Parts: sequence; C-alpha cells; structure tokens
Amino acid sequence: MKQILEILESNARLGVEQISTMTNMPATEVEKTIRQAEKSRTILRYKTVINWSKLGEERVQALVEVKVTPQRDVGFDAIAERIYRFPQVHSAYLVSGTYDLAILVVGRTMQEIAAFVAEKLAPLETVQGTVTHFLLKRYKEDGEIFEGGEEIKRLPVTP
Amino acid sequence: MSATHSSHIKAAARLISQRVNNISPSGIRKFFDLLSSIEGVISLGVGEPDFVTPWRIREAAIYSLEKGYTMYTSNYGLPELRRELAKYLESHYGLDYDPDTQLLITAGVSEAFDLALRAIVNQGDEVIMPDPCYVAYLPCTLLAGGVPILVPTSEANNFEIKASDIESRITERTKAILIGYPANPTGAVMPGEELNRISEIARRYNLLVISDEIYGRLVYSIEHTCFASLPNAKEHTILLGGFSKAYAMTGWRVGYAAAEPEIIEAMLKVHQYTMLCAPIMGQIAAIEALKAGEADVIRMVKEYDRRRRVIVKGLNDIGLACFEPKGAFYAFPSIKATGITSEEFAEKLLMEEKVAVVPGSVFGRCGEGYVRCCYATSLADIEEALRRMGRFVERHR
Ligand SMILES: Cc1ncc(COP(=O)(O)O)c(C=O)c1O
Repeated sequence: MKQILEILESNARLGVEQISTMTNMPATEVEKTIRQAEKSRTILRYKTVINWSKLGEERVQALVEVKVTPQRDVGFDAIAERIYRFPQVHSAYLVSGTYDLAILVVGRTMQEIAAFVAEKLAPLETVQGTVTHFLLKRYKEDGEIFEGGEEIKRLPVTP
Repeated sequence: MSATHSSHIKAAARLISQRVNNISPSGIRKFFDLLSSIEGVISLGVGEPDFVTPWRIREAAIYSLEKGYTMYTSNYGLPELRRELAKYLESHYGLDYDPDTQLLITAGVSEAFDLALRAIVNQGDEVIMPDPCYVAYLPCTLLAGGVPILVPTSEANNFEIKASDIESRITERTKAILIGYPANPTGAVMPGEELNRISEIARRYNLLVISDEIYGRLVYSIEHTCFASLPNAKEHTILLGGFSKAYAMTGWRVGYAAAEPEIIEAMLKVHQYTMLCAPIMGQIAAIEALKAGEADVIRMVKEYDRRRRVIVKGLNDIGLACFEPKGAFYAFPSIKATGITSEEFAEKLLMEEKVAVVPGSVFGRCGEGYVRCCYATSLADIEEALRRMGRFVERHR
C-alpha cells in the first residue's frame, strides 16, 4: 500500500500495469489497493502542479494569519470550518505561535483578495485580527522548484 | 596535412612507452565520439546516477569553501572523514578498521585500485579477474606491470565468478584476485557462500583479494555481503569503496581503501607522490554524506529499484532476454536474438533509433552478445528507449 501511494504521489499518471511492474505486485492487487485508498479517502484527489505564469496568467495568492478566540467545546475547529468552506481558501492550517490559523487565499486580483479578507474573514465574530501577506514569487511548491530547476549535465556515455 | 606535420606526429608516437602502447583505447571512448555528433539521443550509456548530489552534502561543501577550506589535507585524508568512515564500516558490516593506520582516502575508487595494484604487483605477477568486468581493471593491471588473468563468467551462472574457476587459474605468479560485486557492467551480485570459498582460496594460496564494492549500497531485495566481513577475510582483503554511486557524487572524486596497515602504508607511498591527497572539497562533502546521507541513499535505491523492474521487464518483453540484475544500476540483456555483434547492435541502434547503449564487448570477450543499459535514467526516458529498442529488434530479428 505504502509503496503504491509513494509512487502515485510522485507521479499520478502512472498506470496500474506500470505500478505493478515497479512494485512486483500483481496488477489486480495494485488496482484493488488503489480503489480502496480512493474509497477510504486516503487518496483524496489526483492533481497536477502547474506553473501558470508560463501562460502569462498570474494568480494572486496571499497567506493570511488569522488570530481567533477559541470557543467552548469546539475549540478552533468550528471557526476553522467557517473559514475553510469559502472556495477562495485554498489551504487552511491550525498553527502554533503568535496566531492561530494560517490560510492560503487565491484570487484573480489583489482587490479581490482584499475584499474577501475585509468583508468575509475579518468580520467573523471570533476573528480577533488578520495579517495578509501577498505572495510575490513562487520558488518551490509541493516539492517542485519552479525556475532554474536542475537539469542533468551528465556526459552521455561514461564507463 | 603537411609532410613535416605528419612525420612529426610519427616521431611523437615513437616516444610513447611500450607499456602505454600495449593498452588498447577504450571502446567507450570511441562510442562517445560517435554519439556526440547526433541530436535527440536517449542515453542508457551512462555509468553514473541521474541524481544531483543531495543538497545537504553540496551545502556542506559550499560552507567549507566560504570558511576557506581550500588546502591540502593529510596524505591519508581528513582525520574526521577517516573516523566517520570507520564508524560507518563498523555499523554497516561489523568491521573494525583503525582510522589512523587502516584507512586511506583516495581520489575515487579509480585511484584506489590503481594504488592497490601498484602497491602489490611485481613485474609479471598475475591478477585474476572476471570477464566481463569494469573497463579499468585490465589496463590498470597492465600499467602496474601485472598480467591480467581473465575468468570467463556467463549468463547461465548469473555472471557470478566461481571459486573453482579462480582456483584452476592460480599459478606461482598469482598475486591477487580483483573482483567487483555488485558488478559493472552486468549488475550481478555474489552469493555469500561463493565469496567465502574465494576467501578460503585466497588464504590457502596466500593471495590478496581486491574487492571493489563501489556499488555495495545499490542492491535490491537482498543484503550486500562485504568481502572483508567474511570470517577471517579481513587480513587478505583490500576493501575499496566510494561515494560516487551511492551518494551521487561522481564528480567529487573521493573514495577509500581499507586494509592491513602494511598494505595501506604501501598504497600511501604511491598516493603521496602521485595524488598527494584527495580533493578537500570532496572529502568534506563525504563527511556530510556519512553523517547524514543515509536517508538520501535509501531514497535513491528505492527509485533505482522501481526503474530496474521496469527496464528488465521491458527488455524481456521486446525479446531481449535479460537476467535479473540484483545490484548496481545496469541491465545486461542478451542481444543474440538479433544475430549481430554487440558493437554493431549499439552502433545501429544509435543511428536508427537514437538510443545509446554500451556494447558488452567493451568489458571483455564474455560481454560479447550483450549490451549494457543503465537505468539511472528517468522513467519516461527508459520507457521511450524501450519503445525505440522494441522497434529496432522487430526489424533486426
Ligand atoms: C566497478 C567500478 N569501480 C570503480 C568505478 C570508479 O569509481 P570512482 O568514481 O570512485 O572512481 C566505477 C565507475 O563507473 C565502477 O563502475
């Protein structure tokens, strides 16, 4: 199971046959394992890491620090859910340190994100304050280096 | 070319030593020149990882440069590196080497086996080695004044060298047995019992075993047996190891030899006057590799293993029978189904389908009928190369 998931995590386009060869497991078993993992939501989704700026299509992203008041019985989870259900929120984390929730907001323009923070996020009852950091440049995401990644510089034939 | 120019070249050629003239030019070199003129080639002809040295190792070397570590080191190598190496050999193979007298840091395993041979071989001494084997064993033996004695190995026996075949070639001039498992070019590994038999023969006939274990970390679904760790083997073993393959550090030029103090002392004599010391940058990088590189080794081995399975199955599927290589990063399929020589195969494959492989004949007579395919290459390239080779085999069957 773990082997198959590791392989898929690095390249989700590999087929059952290929994975079966790579792991030396029967194809039927690979297929079953993948289906189970999908069903149990161990595999949540297959996605692609894209460098959108190559299309000249710059998306605006912001990391927003959110300080909140935890609530009786539900702690941070209830307010976190109120926030992460907005589709603009790309990722959401509970963090230790000087603030509580770290969220990544995606939008088409800075205005759009600013409006989201001002109109939706900040006014929430338990939100004490927010600090918005607009992302200026993406160097690396999900383990992928965006620009100047390393190409192989080997000689084509060596002993 | 003008007459004076060509006669000048002839005069220069006459000045080359007999020893060097006796060495045939590398078959790989010839192939390389051909390849350089073609575009769009997928190369399975390499002999090194497609990973860049792990960043933490590079970063340690960068830091050392910033701190000004740019000088010679002790001839033996940095004391800290020898201490780390002793610890490593102890924890991986249960070996006890004294870092002050039994370890020598060299400019790669390449230098290490040259030193070993020059330290022990008298003019005319015989050195037994497998055929096929790594391209440098034979020339280095000749350069040291020795006589290479080749022991044929074959696919029928998984390209393992047999102790009995070694024993039957021993004469009063035999000085050493030079083996390298996991093997380049075959990917073969040796079963522990057979190594044990070789070790017993070495003891009985008072021979040294030079064991090139540069691929020792690259084994799949089996454990590597370190020759020196066999019962009573350490005294007659020169263990050679390196960083090039396991840590993807080919360009750093750092490796090592481990042996009895007298042997290390003799090797040091040659090393101090020819190399002086291994490059300090490589040595510092090697310290970081030993201290913190284990996770990277495991990550890379895992990746090679997956590609290994893909290439071995793929080669068999297209009709190039390939035994299962259990070590290194080479597959060594038989091309006998095509009825052409391995050199023709490699040349035609390159011209017609733009895939580079290395003819097995480059590694010895017993490599004829095979080609070496390195799978330290991206999965996408391996799959594309297999498609092209499949078309090629279809045409040449
Ligand atoms: C069997 C074998 N020994 C030694 C070497 C050379 O290693 P190093 O880079 O440590 O000189 C190679 C490199 O291809 C090899 O395949």
